[in-house]
Amino acid sequence: MLKPDIIIAAVANGLLTGAVYALIALGLTLVYGVLHIINFAHGAILTAAMFAVFVCHQVFRIDPYLAVFVLTPLFFGLGYVLQRYVIDPASHGNDSNILLVTLGLSIVIENALLATFRSDTRSIDVPYGFSVLEVGPLLLSVPKVIAFVTSFAVAVLLGLLLVKTDTGKAIRAVAKEKAGSALVGISVEHIYAVTFGIGAACLAIAACLLMPTYLVNPRSGDAFVLVAFTIVVLGGMGSIGGALAGGLIIGIVESLSGLFLGESLGQIGIFLIFILVLLVKPTGFSGARV
Amino acid sequence: MKGASWLSIGVVAAMLVALPLLLTSNVALNFITFAGIITLAAQGWNILAGYGGQFSFGHAAFFGTGAYAMALLQVRLGLNPWLALPIAIAIGGVVGFLIGALSFRARLRGSYFALVTLAFAEVLRILTNALSFTGGAAGVLIPLRVGSDNMQFRDARVLCWLVLAFVVGALCLTYAIARSRFGAYLVAVRENEDAARALGVDTFLVKLKAITVSAMLTAAAGCLYAQKSLYLDAGIGFGPWISIDALLAPIVGGIGTVFGPLVGAAALLGLGEVTKTLIASLTGGAAPGVDLIVFGALLILSVAFAPQGLMGLVRVLRPASKGGA
Repeated sequence: MLKPDIIIAAVANGLLTGAVYALIALGLTLVYGVLHIINFAHGAILTAAMFAVFVCHQVFRIDPYLAVFVLTPLFFGLGYVLQRYVIDPASHGNDSNILLVTLGLSIVIENALLATFRSDTRSIDVPYGFSVLEVGPLLLSVPKVIAFVTSFAVAVLLGLLLVKTDTGKAIRAVAKEKAGSALVGISVEHIYAVTFGIGAACLAIAACLLMPTYLVNPRSGDAFVLVAFTIVVLGGMGSIGGALAGGLIIGIVESLSGLFLGESLGQIGIFLIFILVLLVKPTGFSGARV
Repeated sequence: MKGASWLSIGVVAAMLVALPLLLTSNVALNFITFAGIITLAAQGWNILAGYGGQFSFGHAAFFGTGAYAMALLQVRLGLNPWLALPIAIAIGGVVGFLIGALSFRARLRGSYFALVTLAFAEVLRILTNALSFTGGAAGVLIPLRVGSDNMQFRDARVLCWLVLAFVVGALCLTYAIARSRFGAYLVAVRENEDAARALGVDTFLVKLKAITVSAMLTAAAGCLYAQKSLYLDAGIGFGPWISIDALLAPIVGGIGTVFGPLVGAAALLGLGEVTKTLIASLTGGAAPGVDLIVFGALLILSVAFAPQGLMGLVRVLRPASKGGA
């Protein structure tokens, strides 16, 4: 009853969306891999970044693809400050405290956005918002293709950063052996904050890639945060390759379950996968650490 | 106040019962009833997380189950609410048991347990919102039929007393658990699960019991909420707000204490009202979410500066005042 080309189109669209999901999950998995914490404020920071893109466009007339050069360093700084001066001191190094502090942060950020922007759903108008690319029988949205390509580029850059640079080596050292890193002169608090900053920077990039095709309201992050957790759990906590693969799979699952189950039940596929993976194989399909 | 005692619970119970006699305005009664419902939900969370150390982010699953079971048993099956109430609480317990059995069997702990409970709550929310049996996105309405045999009281104080009776019952239950062998096992699991198991505690069973009791209390809160508002939708029943309130009240009040959830719920909701009124009078209009900004900030501040919550502050201040005398 469903023609195969409809399914192929849904899969292609799911792949494109999945790449951005992967980018969002990348920040989360990196923070998990190094700090061994789950950053519950991840979704709220993404929403804040999406509103930042919105403000850049509406107030300063900056195109989202240019705003990325402003917002990425800005959110890196924000993430650094949050981790170093709020999360780290408030949680006294206790895991469940970190979870609660980041939950508190997400409540504050979300509701500050709600108080400022109200609950209206916003979007931005860009001239290329609806342009499409013809690939064989498929019509692909140009902003989504750009998002797909950029997400992969960021993942590769992040991988290079971790392998080639001194900071990256320090990050990997802290992830493996915290006490040992401190002994050889690495400032663990600094590296924690840098990692958290990179996570936030990934979100700023994701926000710039999402806004040309997505809507935002103060609760948008809620939907993304569970999707991102699902990807991270699916791909194995702390694994970059796992996050990429997980993102693409979740993108396809979401697209297909939306096609077969309809709009309101469609989201359920992701949560069921999430629960199943947690219950059956909580290490994901690649348990590797950063 | 080193902790609770039957005497202190009796005194608090007497004060709670007297409240609807002293504060008779509708606003005050609504506030007390709602604070009581939140206390009940929070007490449920407190037994599992405060005593057992299993942090749930999805107590909405139990609250919503209780609320929807209460409403649907009346609307779809025509049951009397006094009969529906215990059945709905039992259904809440069954859901708690099932979620607990699945999660604890898979040895989920810490953040993983928090996330899986959140996911369960979300699945229930989406299902409730999509199925026609539960009224879908339009929600479910309990028809207005005032009469005490129908648990809809002409005098708002009666429902308030019913809620407070449940709160007192929850205080007694928590105190009894805290003093029991089961309570000791629970605290042992919280402090060091592996050590507890090594000493012969069946940690799986202890956690399973705790989540079942916890779910029943939170489901009872949902039942009373349904009976008070007579309307439910998926966002009210299974929305994140109740999961957050249920964990915030004990953390602010004093996690793992008998009175913590009560103190925390009263303090939080009171502060929320004050903030809303203050902002409304300052800016000349209601600003959505300001009370929640305060809640979020309080959560961070509690974790950072008052890990034992308000009850902990009481304990810190007491010796100082004695020393001064």
